[in-house]
Amino acid sequence: MPKRPLPESTPETQEFWAGARRGELRIQRCKPCGNAYFFPRPFCPRCSSDDVEWFTASGRGRLYSYVINHRPPPNFKDYAPYVIAVVELEEGPRMMTNIVGVEPAPENLPVDLPVEVTWEQQDDIITLPLFRPSGRSS
Amino acid sequence: MSAAIVGAAETDELGVLPHLSAIQLHAQAALRALADAGISKDDVDAVLCAGQSPVAVAEYLGIVPTYIDGTGVGGCSFMIHVRHAAAAIKAGLCNVALITHGQSGRSRVGEGGWGQSRQSMSGQFEEPYGVAGPATRFTVPILRHMHEYGTTHEQMASVAVATRRWAEKNPRAMMRDPITIDDVLSSRMIAYPVHLLECCLVTDGGGALVVVSAERAKDFPKKPVYLLGSGESSEHSMISMMHDFTESRAFKVSGQSAFAEAGIERKDIDHAMFYDAFAHTPMFALEALGFVGKGESGPFFEEMRTAPGGDFPLNTNGGGLSYTHTGMYGMFAIQESVRQLRGEAAAQLPDVRTSIAHGVGGMFSAAGTLILTNDAGA
Repeated sequence: MPKRPLPESTPETQEFWAGARRGELRIQRCKPCGNAYFFPRPFCPRCSSDDVEWFTASGRGRLYSYVINHRPPPNFKDYAPYVIAVVELEEGPRMMTNIVGVEPAPENLPVDLPVEVTWEQQDDIITLPLFRPSGRSS
Repeated sequence: MSAAIVGAAETDELGVLPHLSAIQLHAQAALRALADAGISKDDVDAVLCAGQSPVAVAEYLGIVPTYIDGTGVGGCSFMIHVRHAAAAIKAGLCNVALITHGQSGRSRVGEGGWGQSRQSMSGQFEEPYGVAGPATRFTVPILRHMHEYGTTHEQMASVAVATRRWAEKNPRAMMRDPITIDDVLSSRMIAYPVHLLECCLVTDGGGALVVVSAERAKDFPKKPVYLLGSGESSEHSMISMMHDFTESRAFKVSGQSAFAEAGIERKDIDHAMFYDAFAHTPMFALEALGFVGKGESGPFFEEMRTAPGGDFPLNTNGGGLSYTHTGMYGMFAIQESVRQLRGEAAAQLPDVRTSIAHGVGGMFSAAGTLILTNDAGA
Protein backbone atom coordinates (compact mmCIF):
# COMPACT_ATOMS: atom_id res chain seq x y z
CA MET A 1 0.00 0.00 0.00
CA PRO A 2 1.48 3.38 -0.92
CA LYS A 3 2.24 5.84 1.85
CA ARG A 4 -0.35 8.36 0.84
CA PRO A 5 -0.44 12.04 1.84
CA LEU A 6 -3.39 11.75 4.21
CA PRO A 7 -6.18 14.24 4.57
CA GLU A 8 -6.89 16.25 7.68
CA SER A 9 -10.60 16.75 8.10
CA THR A 10 -12.17 20.17 8.54
CA PRO A 11 -15.51 21.00 10.20
CA GLU A 12 -17.54 20.57 7.03
CA THR A 13 -15.88 17.28 6.06
CA GLN A 14 -15.84 15.44 9.41
CA GLU A 15 -19.00 13.46 8.63
CA PHE A 16 -17.52 12.24 5.35
CA TRP A 17 -14.38 10.91 7.06
CA ALA A 18 -16.32 9.49 10.00
CA GLY A 19 -18.51 7.61 7.51
CA ALA A 20 -15.47 6.37 5.64
CA ARG A 21 -14.15 4.80 8.87
CA ARG A 22 -17.40 2.80 9.04
CA GLY A 23 -17.31 1.90 5.34
CA GLU A 24 -20.12 4.29 4.47
CA LEU A 25 -19.86 6.75 1.59
CA ARG A 26 -21.49 9.79 3.14
CA ILE A 27 -22.46 12.63 0.82
CA GLN A 28 -24.97 15.46 1.01
CA ARG A 29 -28.30 16.33 -0.52
CA CYS A 30 -30.24 19.61 -0.55
CA LYS A 31 -33.76 19.08 0.76
CA PRO A 32 -35.47 21.97 -1.09
CA CYS A 33 -33.93 21.42 -4.53
CA GLY A 34 -32.95 17.73 -4.33
CA ASN A 35 -29.39 18.33 -5.52
CA ALA A 36 -26.94 15.66 -4.32
CA TYR A 37 -23.43 17.06 -4.14
CA PHE A 38 -19.80 16.51 -3.23
CA PHE A 39 -17.32 17.85 -1.93
CA PRO A 40 -18.88 18.54 1.50
CA ARG A 41 -20.21 22.02 2.22
CA PRO A 42 -22.81 23.14 4.79
CA PHE A 43 -25.07 24.56 2.06
CA CYS A 44 -26.18 23.60 -1.41
CA PRO A 45 -23.81 24.81 -4.15
CA ARG A 46 -26.74 24.94 -6.58
CA CYS A 47 -29.32 26.97 -4.60
CA SER A 48 -27.40 28.10 -1.48
CA SER A 49 -29.96 26.58 0.91
CA ASP A 50 -28.51 25.40 4.20
CA ASP A 51 -31.34 22.89 4.61
CA VAL A 52 -29.12 19.99 3.61
CA GLU A 53 -28.79 16.41 4.86
CA TRP A 54 -26.15 13.72 4.86
CA PHE A 55 -27.01 10.33 3.37
CA THR A 56 -25.14 7.16 2.54
CA ALA A 57 -24.55 6.75 -1.19
CA SER A 58 -24.87 3.32 -2.76
CA GLY A 59 -21.16 3.21 -3.57
CA ARG A 60 -21.96 2.32 -7.17
CA GLY A 61 -20.99 4.47 -10.09
CA ARG A 62 -19.18 4.57 -13.40
CA LEU A 63 -15.72 5.46 -14.56
CA TYR A 64 -16.14 9.01 -15.86
CA SER A 65 -12.52 9.58 -16.93
CA TYR A 66 -8.99 8.75 -15.83
CA VAL A 67 -5.26 8.74 -16.45
CA ILE A 68 -2.80 5.92 -15.84
CA ASN A 69 0.09 7.56 -14.05
CA HIS A 70 3.56 6.42 -15.08
CA ARG A 71 5.40 9.24 -13.30
CA PRO A 72 4.54 8.86 -9.64
CA PRO A 73 5.45 11.02 -6.67
CA PRO A 74 8.10 9.36 -4.44
CA ASN A 75 5.63 7.69 -2.07
CA PHE A 76 3.87 5.97 -4.97
CA LYS A 77 7.04 4.89 -6.76
CA ASP A 78 6.53 1.17 -6.18
CA TYR A 79 2.89 1.27 -7.25
CA ALA A 80 3.14 2.87 -10.70
CA PRO A 81 1.54 2.63 -13.10
CA TYR A 82 -1.75 3.25 -11.29
CA VAL A 83 -5.11 4.69 -12.19
CA ILE A 84 -6.12 8.18 -11.07
CA ALA A 85 -9.80 8.33 -11.87
CA VAL A 86 -12.88 10.43 -11.51
CA VAL A 87 -15.93 8.32 -10.74
CA GLU A 88 -19.49 9.50 -11.22
CA LEU A 89 -21.67 8.10 -8.44
CA GLU A 90 -25.12 6.85 -9.42
CA GLU A 91 -26.54 9.65 -7.23
CA GLY A 92 -24.82 12.17 -9.53
CA PRO A 93 -21.76 13.67 -7.79
CA ARG A 94 -18.25 12.87 -8.95
CA MET A 95 -15.09 12.29 -6.95
CA MET A 96 -11.45 11.54 -7.56
CA THR A 97 -10.21 8.09 -6.55
CA ASN A 98 -8.00 5.20 -7.64
CA ILE A 99 -9.33 2.21 -9.54
CA VAL A 100 -8.01 -0.99 -7.96
CA GLY A 101 -8.56 -4.70 -8.45
CA VAL A 102 -7.74 -4.58 -12.16
CA GLU A 103 -4.53 -4.38 -14.18
CA PRO A 104 -4.03 -0.70 -15.05
CA ALA A 105 -4.32 -1.00 -18.82
CA PRO A 106 -6.63 0.96 -21.15
CA GLU A 107 -8.29 -2.20 -22.49
CA ASN A 108 -9.44 -3.08 -18.97
CA LEU A 109 -10.76 0.39 -18.29
CA PRO A 110 -13.34 1.50 -20.83
CA VAL A 111 -14.84 4.89 -20.02
CA ASP A 112 -18.23 4.39 -18.29
CA LEU A 113 -17.14 1.04 -16.78
CA PRO A 114 -19.42 0.24 -13.80
CA VAL A 115 -17.47 0.51 -10.55
CA GLU A 116 -18.16 0.14 -6.85
CA VAL A 117 -16.52 1.50 -3.73
CA THR A 118 -13.98 -0.48 -1.74
CA TRP A 119 -12.33 0.85 1.39
CA GLU A 120 -8.63 1.10 2.17
CA GLN A 121 -7.83 1.83 5.80
CA GLN A 122 -4.80 4.11 6.19
CA ASP A 123 -4.68 4.53 9.97
CA ASP A 124 -7.08 4.89 12.91
CA ILE A 125 -8.48 8.12 11.50
CA ILE A 126 -8.45 7.94 7.74
CA THR A 127 -9.99 5.30 5.50
CA LEU A 128 -10.09 6.15 1.79
CA PRO A 129 -12.78 5.29 -0.73
CA LEU A 130 -11.22 3.49 -3.70
CA PHE A 131 -13.23 1.91 -6.51
CA ARG A 132 -13.04 -1.39 -8.38
CA PRO A 133 -14.92 -2.82 -11.33
CA SER A 134 -18.40 -3.85 -10.17
CA GLY A 135 -19.31 -7.41 -9.30
CA ARG A 136 -15.84 -8.68 -8.53
CA SER A 137 -14.76 -9.95 -5.16
CA SER A 138 -11.95 -8.08 -3.47
CA MET B 1 -11.41 50.50 -26.91
CA SER B 2 -10.01 52.08 -23.78
CA ALA B 3 -6.49 50.77 -23.30
CA ALA B 4 -3.40 49.76 -25.21
CA ILE B 5 -0.19 47.84 -24.65
CA VAL B 6 2.69 50.24 -25.35
CA GLY B 7 5.56 48.29 -23.82
CA ALA B 8 6.30 44.57 -24.03
CA ALA B 9 9.38 42.48 -23.38
CA GLU B 10 10.61 39.12 -22.19
CA THR B 11 13.70 38.40 -20.14
CA ASP B 12 16.94 38.42 -22.12
CA GLU B 13 17.16 34.66 -21.79
CA LEU B 14 14.60 31.89 -21.39
CA GLY B 15 15.27 28.30 -20.45
CA VAL B 16 17.53 27.14 -17.62
CA LEU B 17 18.58 30.22 -15.62
CA PRO B 18 19.83 29.21 -12.17
CA HIS B 19 21.66 32.56 -11.89
CA LEU B 20 18.36 34.48 -11.69
CA SER B 21 15.78 34.30 -8.90
CA ALA B 22 12.07 34.51 -9.60
CA ILE B 23 11.80 38.14 -8.56
CA GLN B 24 14.90 39.05 -10.57
CA LEU B 25 13.13 37.63 -13.61
CA HIS B 26 10.13 39.88 -12.84
CA ALA B 27 12.39 42.88 -12.51
CA GLN B 28 14.52 42.26 -15.58
CA ALA B 29 11.40 41.81 -17.73
CA ALA B 30 9.89 44.95 -16.19
CA LEU B 31 12.94 47.08 -16.97
CA ARG B 32 13.03 45.78 -20.55
CA ALA B 33 9.32 46.53 -21.02
CA LEU B 34 9.74 50.05 -19.61
CA ALA B 35 12.66 50.63 -22.01
CA ASP B 36 10.51 49.31 -24.86
CA ALA B 37 7.86 51.89 -23.92
CA GLY B 38 10.47 54.62 -23.59
CA ILE B 39 9.56 55.42 -19.99
CA SER B 40 11.09 54.98 -16.55
CA LYS B 41 9.80 53.24 -13.46
CA ASP B 42 8.92 56.67 -12.06
CA ASP B 43 6.20 56.96 -14.72
CA VAL B 44 4.52 53.79 -13.43
CA ASP B 45 1.63 54.14 -10.98
CA ALA B 46 0.14 50.64 -11.10
CA VAL B 47 1.79 47.26 -10.49
CA LEU B 48 0.03 44.00 -11.32
CA CYS B 49 1.67 40.60 -11.06
CA ALA B 50 1.29 36.95 -10.10
CA GLY B 51 3.66 34.51 -8.45
CA GLN B 52 5.27 37.24 -6.39
CA SER B 53 3.31 39.82 -4.42
CA PRO B 54 2.85 43.14 -6.22
CA VAL B 55 4.13 44.68 -2.98
CA ALA B 56 7.41 42.81 -3.36
CA VAL B 57 7.74 43.60 -7.07
CA ALA B 58 6.94 47.30 -6.57
CA GLU B 59 9.45 47.48 -3.72
CA TYR B 60 12.12 45.65 -5.74
CA LEU B 61 11.69 48.10 -8.62
CA GLY B 62 11.39 51.18 -6.38
CA ILE B 63 7.80 52.05 -7.26
CA VAL B 64 5.17 53.42 -4.87
CA PRO B 65 1.97 52.74 -6.81
CA THR B 66 -1.56 54.12 -6.56
CA TYR B 67 -3.02 50.82 -7.74
CA ILE B 68 -1.97 47.22 -7.06
CA ASP B 69 -3.45 43.91 -8.21
CA GLY B 70 -2.09 40.53 -7.19
CA THR B 71 -4.66 38.39 -8.98
CA GLY B 72 -2.86 35.07 -8.99
CA VAL B 73 -4.99 32.39 -10.58
CA GLY B 74 -2.32 30.61 -12.56
CA GLY B 75 -1.15 31.03 -16.12
CA CYS B 76 -4.00 33.26 -17.29
CA SER B 77 -3.39 35.83 -14.53
CA PHE B 78 -1.69 38.17 -17.01
CA MET B 79 -4.63 38.27 -19.40
CA ILE B 80 -6.72 39.18 -16.39
CA HIS B 81 -4.17 41.80 -15.32
CA VAL B 82 -4.42 43.50 -18.72
CA ARG B 83 -8.20 43.49 -18.33
CA HIS B 84 -8.02 44.89 -14.79
CA ALA B 85 -5.46 47.48 -15.78
CA ALA B 86 -7.72 48.68 -18.60
CA ALA B 87 -10.65 48.96 -16.18
CA ALA B 88 -8.58 50.78 -13.57
CA ILE B 89 -7.24 53.23 -16.15
CA LYS B 90 -10.76 53.85 -17.41
CA ALA B 91 -11.94 54.45 -13.85
CA GLY B 92 -9.15 56.96 -13.29
CA LEU B 93 -7.38 54.89 -10.63
CA CYS B 94 -4.04 54.88 -12.46
CA ASN B 95 -2.41 55.95 -15.72
CA VAL B 96 0.54 53.68 -16.45
CA ALA B 97 0.21 50.02 -15.48
CA LEU B 98 3.15 47.62 -15.29
CA ILE B 99 2.30 43.91 -15.46
CA THR B 100 5.10 41.50 -14.62
CA HIS B 101 5.80 37.79 -14.71
CA GLY B 102 8.90 35.95 -13.60
CA GLN B 103 9.21 32.36 -12.62
CA SER B 104 12.08 30.06 -11.86
CA GLY B 105 9.94 27.09 -12.82
CA ARG B 106 12.89 24.93 -13.81
CA SER B 107 15.66 25.96 -11.43
CA ARG B 108 13.33 26.80 -8.50
CA VAL B 109 15.42 29.75 -7.33
CA GLY B 110 13.43 32.00 -5.01
CA GLU B 111 10.19 30.11 -5.69
CA GLY B 112 7.56 28.99 -3.21
CA GLY B 113 6.63 25.34 -2.76
CA TRP B 114 4.01 23.33 -4.64
CA GLY B 115 2.37 21.58 -1.70
CA GLN B 116 -1.28 21.84 -0.79
CA SER B 117 -2.44 21.95 2.81
CA ARG B 118 -3.75 18.60 3.98
CA GLN B 119 -6.85 20.45 5.17
CA SER B 120 -7.56 21.99 1.76
CA MET B 121 -10.26 20.34 -0.32
CA SER B 122 -7.54 19.25 -2.72
CA GLY B 123 -5.52 17.87 0.19
CA GLN B 124 -8.54 15.88 1.34
CA PHE B 125 -10.07 14.77 -1.93
CA GLU B 126 -7.35 14.63 -4.60
CA GLU B 127 -3.85 14.47 -3.10
CA PRO B 128 -4.40 11.09 -1.38
CA TYR B 129 -4.82 9.39 -4.76
CA GLY B 130 -1.26 9.91 -5.96
CA VAL B 131 -1.65 12.94 -8.17
CA ALA B 132 1.72 14.35 -9.14
CA GLY B 133 1.35 17.85 -10.48
CA PRO B 134 -0.51 19.07 -13.54
CA ALA B 135 0.35 16.03 -15.71
CA THR B 136 -1.97 13.86 -13.61
CA ARG B 137 -4.76 16.37 -13.06
CA PHE B 138 -5.07 18.67 -16.04
CA THR B 139 -5.13 15.59 -18.23
CA VAL B 140 -7.91 13.61 -16.54
CA PRO B 141 -10.65 15.01 -18.83
CA ILE B 142 -8.99 13.86 -22.07
CA LEU B 143 -10.33 10.29 -22.20
CA ARG B 144 -13.85 11.61 -21.68
CA HIS B 145 -13.46 13.88 -24.71
CA MET B 146 -12.11 10.95 -26.73
CA HIS B 147 -14.98 8.75 -25.56
CA GLU B 148 -17.76 11.21 -26.37
CA TYR B 149 -16.42 12.64 -29.63
CA GLY B 150 -14.13 9.99 -31.07
CA THR B 151 -11.11 12.24 -30.65
CA THR B 152 -8.03 10.14 -31.41
CA HIS B 153 -4.54 9.88 -29.97
CA GLU B 154 -3.16 10.90 -33.37
CA GLN B 155 -5.31 14.03 -33.39
CA MET B 156 -4.03 15.09 -29.98
CA ALA B 157 -0.46 14.33 -31.04
CA SER B 158 -0.91 16.54 -34.10
CA VAL B 159 -1.23 19.57 -31.80
CA ALA B 160 2.36 19.00 -30.64
CA VAL B 161 3.56 18.46 -34.22
CA ALA B 162 1.94 21.64 -35.57
CA THR B 163 3.27 23.69 -32.65
CA ARG B 164 6.80 22.38 -33.15
CA ARG B 165 6.69 23.49 -36.77
CA TRP B 166 6.28 27.07 -35.55
CA ALA B 167 9.10 26.61 -33.04
CA GLU B 168 11.42 25.54 -35.86
CA LYS B 169 11.15 29.13 -37.11
CA ASN B 170 11.94 30.73 -33.74
CA PRO B 171 15.58 30.91 -32.58
CA ARG B 172 14.44 31.61 -28.99
CA ALA B 173 12.36 28.41 -28.82
CA MET B 174 13.81 25.73 -26.57
CA MET B 175 12.76 22.76 -28.75
CA ARG B 176 13.24 23.24 -32.48
CA ASP B 177 13.87 19.81 -34.01
CA PRO B 178 11.05 18.64 -36.28
CA ILE B 179 8.82 15.91 -34.85
CA THR B 180 6.22 13.55 -36.33
CA ILE B 181 3.04 12.08 -34.92
CA ASP B 182 4.90 8.79 -34.50
CA ASP B 183 7.60 10.60 -32.51
CA VAL B 184 4.94 11.99 -30.20
CA LEU B 185 3.12 8.70 -29.73
CA SER B 186 6.35 6.77 -29.15
CA SER B 187 7.72 9.29 -26.64
CA ARG B 188 7.68 8.26 -22.98
CA MET B 189 4.26 7.75 -21.43
CA ILE B 190 3.75 10.29 -18.64
CA ALA B 191 0.12 9.69 -17.69
CA TYR B 192 -1.88 7.73 -20.24
CA PRO B 193 -3.10 9.05 -22.65
CA VAL B 194 -0.44 11.80 -22.40
CA HIS B 195 3.09 11.30 -23.76
CA LEU B 196 6.14 13.39 -22.96
CA LEU B 197 5.93 15.40 -26.20
CA GLU B 198 2.33 16.32 -25.37
CA CYS B 199 3.46 18.03 -22.15
CA CYS B 200 4.69 21.61 -21.91
CA LEU B 201 8.29 22.45 -21.17
CA VAL B 202 9.46 23.44 -17.70
CA THR B 203 11.65 26.54 -17.87
CA ASP B 204 12.77 29.77 -16.22
CA GLY B 205 11.92 33.18 -17.62
CA GLY B 206 9.78 36.27 -17.42
CA GLY B 207 7.90 38.90 -19.32
CA ALA B 208 6.29 42.27 -18.72
CA LEU B 209 3.79 44.66 -20.28
CA VAL B 210 3.06 48.38 -20.02
CA VAL B 211 -0.59 49.39 -20.42
CA VAL B 212 -1.91 52.96 -20.82
CA SER B 213 -5.12 54.56 -22.10
CA ALA B 214 -5.83 54.25 -25.83
CA GLU B 215 -5.72 58.05 -26.13
CA ARG B 216 -2.17 58.23 -24.74
CA ALA B 217 -0.93 55.22 -26.71
CA LYS B 218 0.14 57.22 -29.75
CA ASP B 219 2.68 59.11 -27.65
CA PHE B 220 4.87 56.03 -27.19
CA PRO B 221 7.61 54.89 -29.58
CA LYS B 222 6.23 51.48 -30.57
CA LYS B 223 3.11 50.73 -32.58
CA PRO B 224 0.30 50.48 -30.01
CA VAL B 225 -1.57 47.22 -29.51
CA TYR B 226 -5.13 48.09 -28.54
CA LEU B 227 -7.37 46.03 -26.29
CA LEU B 228 -10.53 45.41 -28.26
CA GLY B 229 -12.22 43.04 -25.82
CA SER B 230 -11.44 40.92 -22.79
CA GLY B 231 -12.90 38.28 -20.52
CA GLU B 232 -12.17 36.28 -17.41
CA SER B 233 -13.84 33.51 -15.43
CA SER B 234 -13.26 30.64 -13.04
CA GLU B 235 -14.84 27.26 -12.55
CA HIS B 236 -13.29 24.88 -10.00
CA SER B 237 -10.16 24.45 -7.94
CA MET B 238 -10.14 20.65 -8.22
CA ILE B 239 -10.21 19.04 -11.66
CA SER B 240 -12.55 16.34 -10.31
CA MET B 241 -15.18 19.07 -9.87
CA MET B 242 -15.07 20.24 -13.50
CA HIS B 243 -18.71 20.44 -14.56
CA ASP B 244 -18.31 18.77 -17.96
CA PHE B 245 -15.04 17.02 -18.78
CA THR B 246 -15.47 17.78 -22.47
CA GLU B 247 -15.95 21.53 -22.17
CA SER B 248 -14.46 24.31 -20.04
CA ARG B 249 -17.15 26.61 -18.69
CA ALA B 250 -14.52 29.15 -17.65
CA PHE B 251 -13.16 29.23 -21.24
CA LYS B 252 -16.66 29.73 -22.63
CA VAL B 253 -17.59 32.55 -20.28
CA SER B 254 -14.28 34.34 -20.74
CA GLY B 255 -14.36 33.99 -24.51
CA GLN B 256 -17.95 35.14 -24.81
CA SER B 257 -17.19 38.27 -22.77
CA ALA B 258 -14.20 39.09 -24.94
CA PHE B 259 -16.01 38.66 -28.26
CA ALA B 260 -19.10 40.54 -27.05
CA GLU B 261 -16.97 43.50 -26.02
CA ALA B 262 -14.81 43.39 -29.15
CA GLY B 263 -17.85 43.28 -31.41
CA ILE B 264 -16.11 41.09 -33.98
CA GLU B 265 -16.71 37.56 -35.26
CA ARG B 266 -14.51 34.49 -34.94
CA LYS B 267 -13.69 34.74 -38.64
CA ASP B 268 -12.25 38.22 -38.03
CA ILE B 269 -9.39 36.78 -35.94
CA ASP B 270 -6.10 36.70 -37.88
CA HIS B 271 -3.85 35.11 -35.27
CA ALA B 272 -4.39 33.07 -32.12
CA MET B 273 -2.46 32.17 -28.99
CA PHE B 274 -4.16 29.44 -26.92
CA TYR B 275 -2.33 28.44 -23.78
CA ASP B 276 -0.92 24.95 -24.37
CA ALA B 277 -0.01 23.38 -21.05
CA PHE B 278 -0.70 20.01 -22.66
CA ALA B 279 -1.71 19.09 -26.20
CA HIS B 280 -5.39 18.93 -25.30
CA THR B 281 -5.58 22.44 -23.83
CA PRO B 282 -5.74 24.30 -27.18
CA MET B 283 -8.25 21.71 -28.42
CA PHE B 284 -10.57 22.62 -25.58
CA ALA B 285 -9.97 26.32 -26.25
CA LEU B 286 -10.73 26.05 -29.96
CA GLU B 287 -14.12 24.52 -29.11
CA ALA B 288 -15.06 26.61 -26.07
CA LEU B 289 -14.15 29.88 -27.80
CA GLY B 290 -16.48 28.98 -30.66
CA PHE B 291 -14.02 28.56 -33.53
CA VAL B 292 -15.35 25.04 -34.12
CA GLY B 293 -18.30 23.09 -32.79
CA LYS B 294 -18.18 20.89 -29.72
CA GLY B 295 -16.03 17.84 -30.31
CA GLU B 296 -14.69 19.11 -33.65
CA SER B 297 -11.20 20.18 -32.60
CA GLY B 298 -9.56 16.80 -33.29
CA PRO B 299 -9.98 16.78 -37.09
CA PHE B 300 -9.14 20.51 -37.21
CA PHE B 301 -5.73 19.91 -35.69
CA GLU B 302 -5.15 16.70 -37.62
CA GLU B 303 -5.56 18.66 -40.87
CA MET B 304 -2.64 20.88 -39.74
CA ARG B 305 -4.74 23.99 -40.10
CA THR B 306 -2.91 25.58 -37.15
CA ALA B 307 0.59 24.88 -38.53
CA PRO B 308 2.66 27.19 -40.77
CA GLY B 309 0.78 27.54 -44.05
CA GLY B 310 -2.56 26.65 -42.44
CA ASP B 311 -5.59 28.92 -42.32
CA PHE B 312 -5.58 29.28 -38.52
CA PRO B 313 -2.07 30.23 -37.35
CA LEU B 314 -1.90 29.23 -33.68
CA ASN B 315 0.86 29.45 -31.09
CA THR B 316 3.29 30.93 -33.57
CA ASN B 317 6.09 31.32 -31.03
CA GLY B 318 6.19 27.54 -30.57
CA GLY B 319 3.88 27.59 -27.55
CA GLY B 320 4.30 26.16 -24.09
CA LEU B 321 4.98 22.85 -25.80
CA SER B 322 8.12 24.00 -27.65
CA TYR B 323 8.95 27.67 -26.93
CA THR B 324 8.98 28.07 -23.16
CA HIS B 325 6.78 27.30 -20.17
CA THR B 326 7.79 28.78 -16.85
CA GLY B 327 4.72 27.55 -15.00
CA MET B 328 2.46 30.53 -15.72
CA TYR B 329 2.93 30.76 -19.47
CA GLY B 330 0.13 33.22 -20.28
CA MET B 331 2.51 36.19 -20.30
CA PHE B 332 4.38 34.65 -23.24
CA ALA B 333 1.19 34.11 -25.20
CA ILE B 334 0.40 37.83 -24.87
CA GLN B 335 3.99 38.74 -25.82
CA GLU B 336 3.65 36.82 -29.09
CA SER B 337 0.30 38.46 -29.86
CA VAL B 338 1.98 41.84 -29.37
CA ARG B 339 4.93 40.88 -31.57
CA GLN B 340 2.66 39.67 -34.37
CA LEU B 341 0.56 42.85 -34.20
CA ARG B 342 3.69 45.02 -34.24
CA GLY B 343 5.31 43.02 -37.03
CA GLU B 344 8.20 41.91 -34.80
CA ALA B 345 7.63 38.14 -34.54
CA ALA B 346 10.25 35.54 -35.44
CA ALA B 347 7.66 33.74 -37.57
CA GLN B 348 5.91 36.90 -38.66
CA LEU B 349 2.54 36.47 -40.42
CA PRO B 350 1.52 38.87 -43.17
CA ASP B 351 -1.32 41.32 -42.57
CA VAL B 352 -2.15 40.59 -38.94
CA ARG B 353 -4.79 43.02 -37.72
CA THR B 354 -6.36 41.04 -34.87
CA SER B 355 -5.03 38.51 -32.39
CA ILE B 356 -6.61 36.54 -29.57
CA ALA B 357 -4.60 35.50 -26.53
CA HIS B 358 -6.46 32.99 -24.37
CA GLY B 359 -5.06 31.68 -21.12
CA VAL B 360 -5.89 28.97 -18.65
CA GLY B 361 -5.17 29.02 -14.94
CA GLY B 362 -4.73 25.91 -12.83
CA MET B 363 -6.33 22.77 -14.24
CA PHE B 364 -9.07 24.36 -16.36
CA SER B 365 -9.68 26.31 -13.13
CA ALA B 366 -9.65 29.85 -14.48
CA ALA B 367 -9.51 31.63 -17.81
CA GLY B 368 -8.58 34.98 -19.26
CA THR B 369 -9.02 36.17 -22.84
CA LEU B 370 -7.71 39.21 -24.70
CA ILE B 371 -8.70 40.30 -28.21
CA LEU B 372 -6.08 42.71 -29.48
CA THR B 373 -5.67 44.84 -32.59
CA ASN B 374 -3.15 47.21 -34.14
CA ASP B 375 -5.92 49.15 -35.87
CA ALA B 376 -6.48 52.43 -34.05
CA GLY B 377 -9.79 52.82 -35.86
CA ALA B 378 -11.16 49.41 -34.90
